[in-house]
Amino acid sequence: MTDLAPPLGRRLRWTFTDGLTLVGRELGRLRHDPGELVAALIFPAVMVVLFGYVFGSAIQVPDGGDYREYLMPGLFAMVTFAAVMGVMTRMAADASRGVMDRFRSMPMARLAVPFGQTGADLLTGLLMLAIMVGAGLLVGWQPHRGLIPTAQAFLLMVVLRYALSWVGVYVGLAVKNDQVADAMVPLFLPFTMLSNAFVPTDGMPGWLRFLADWNPVSALTAAARELFGNPGAPSGNLAWPLAHPVTAVLLWSAALLVIFVPLSLRAYTRGGR
Amino acid sequence: MADPVVFAEGLHKSFGDTHALRGLDLSVPRGTVCGVLGPNGAGKTTAVRILATLSDPDAGHARIAGYDVVREAGQVRARIGLAGQHAAVDEKLTGRGNLRMFGRLSHLSRREAHRRADELLERFGLMDAADRQVTGYSGGMRRRLDLITSLILRPEVLFLDEPTTGLDPRSRGEIWDSVRELVADGTTVLLTTQYLDEADQLADDIAVVDHGQVIATGTPDELKATIGDRLDVVLEDPAALPPAATVLTALAGTDPTMTGADRLSVALPGGGFRLADIVRELDRAGVAAADVGLRRPTLDEVFLRLTDRKEPV
Repeated sequence: MTDLAPPLGRRLRWTFTDGLTLVGRELGRLRHDPGELVAALIFPAVMVVLFGYVFGSAIQVPDGGDYREYLMPGLFAMVTFAAVMGVMTRMAADASRGVMDRFRSMPMARLAVPFGQTGADLLTGLLMLAIMVGAGLLVGWQPHRGLIPTAQAFLLMVVLRYALSWVGVYVGLAVKNDQVADAMVPLFLPFTMLSNAFVPTDGMPGWLRFLADWNPVSALTAAARELFGNPGAPSGNLAWPLAHPVTAVLLWSAALLVIFVPLSLRAYTRGGR
Repeated sequence: MADPVVFAEGLHKSFGDTHALRGLDLSVPRGTVCGVLGPNGAGKTTAVRILATLSDPDAGHARIAGYDVVREAGQVRARIGLAGQHAAVDEKLTGRGNLRMFGRLSHLSRREAHRRADELLERFGLMDAADRQVTGYSGGMRRRLDLITSLILRPEVLFLDEPTTGLDPRSRGEIWDSVRELVADGTTVLLTTQYLDEADQLADDIAVVDHGQVIATGTPDELKATIGDRLDVVLEDPAALPPAATVLTALAGTDPTMTGADRLSVALPGGGFRLADIVRELDRAGVAAADVGLRRPTLDEVFLRLTDRKEPV
């Protein structure tokens, strides 16, 4: 490209300020649509009650701990994974309603849209996580290993969430159609449940157990259990990601970013070309 | 004449096996409205997307205000506005919120973005709805918001891709009024439409597009003149049909068509026919006419004639 581009410094500043404007857009949407906030509040409550009390009454934790203590790291991982669906539907809605074309035809920074969208998701994700933590504390979950490991656990969730949100950017740009994107949202449930988030993977048939053990949701859940000192630390002959969950989460995050950031940026700038 | 502000030459674009554009040429002088007219699938939207830097041509080139749409896309984007077939705004935000956001994204200062939003809302009659979420807007209001969102940077060239498709007549009229106001300010408008009355109402020049090429250009009047005027005769007595038909055939050089039990219609080649002469000819043949009408063809007739589906080349 021999575009008469403005100097790099200004381009970076625009990318940043345009990204911030788009973060502000998402916050503005939340303010105008408190329904989304209410749904965000109800979801954790429903999950905690449904799994903590309904299913949990019949599930034995391997090392005999409290099921709700076992469950909460899984729910944190589930909330983290929701980034894919959230960002995907937002990108697809903008693409199918022409908003993306408007962005592309404006003299705004090219990278601001995907960076703004993932940045905004990080903020809403923190909010969701905070609500989920509140719900957990209410039903008797707590971290047991002190401040630093607890902070590390939440940091891992944030890192993986950010990486997952780029998967959402790419898939949303690829489907380009909000109805298709909405139809894909229910896949969220089997994907998160095919893991160690709710039950140990030992009892699953071999091939299913393999998928569950290598699911990034499982790595994050295992890492969080370890760092919070919650029950359910797996033992015996373990798949690699469950034996080294913290490293696995970091590797997963790095791999997702390395693959999906370039793919997404390419999909965004090339658009409907 | 000054250089055209929109210029395209030999644009080609294929999507898989579909040749959307097959050498499209276009030239729009500054400060005019060019209506790009064509049936569905003619390539109108593809052409606009290329001119608005959203898509790259496979071959050919295009310039907006002298800047190449591929190599100098950034310069082009700073000079154009695009309002499409969608209302491309954020439904969850208010009208004012949308204008402020897009103003900020156009790199106006916060103060300037706010001022410009109010100015546009005021001028285009959306102030009353400014603080309502777009979800609650009518179809016409959404399109108007979409239109003024594309005006934030006072574009030199405004692309309107079927701006009134699906709107009721009142809303269409409102959009038309807005477009006329912009043109009075000196904005160049490139308008695609399938509504001929829309092109007739707004456009200085029309380019008729079919199968990815411009197949005719001219002012609405020039295009109408290419197929000549139309002569309609209503007879007092249906029995006079044969002599009347003879007179019309002699005048037009082609056989008239019966448009009713007592009426005939024929296209007259070129101009130069006077109503009085026609009436005198009928009189001389002893034909009593209840009504004789000489009228300009509608753009619809021109359009149907020009885009008569031939085999693609």
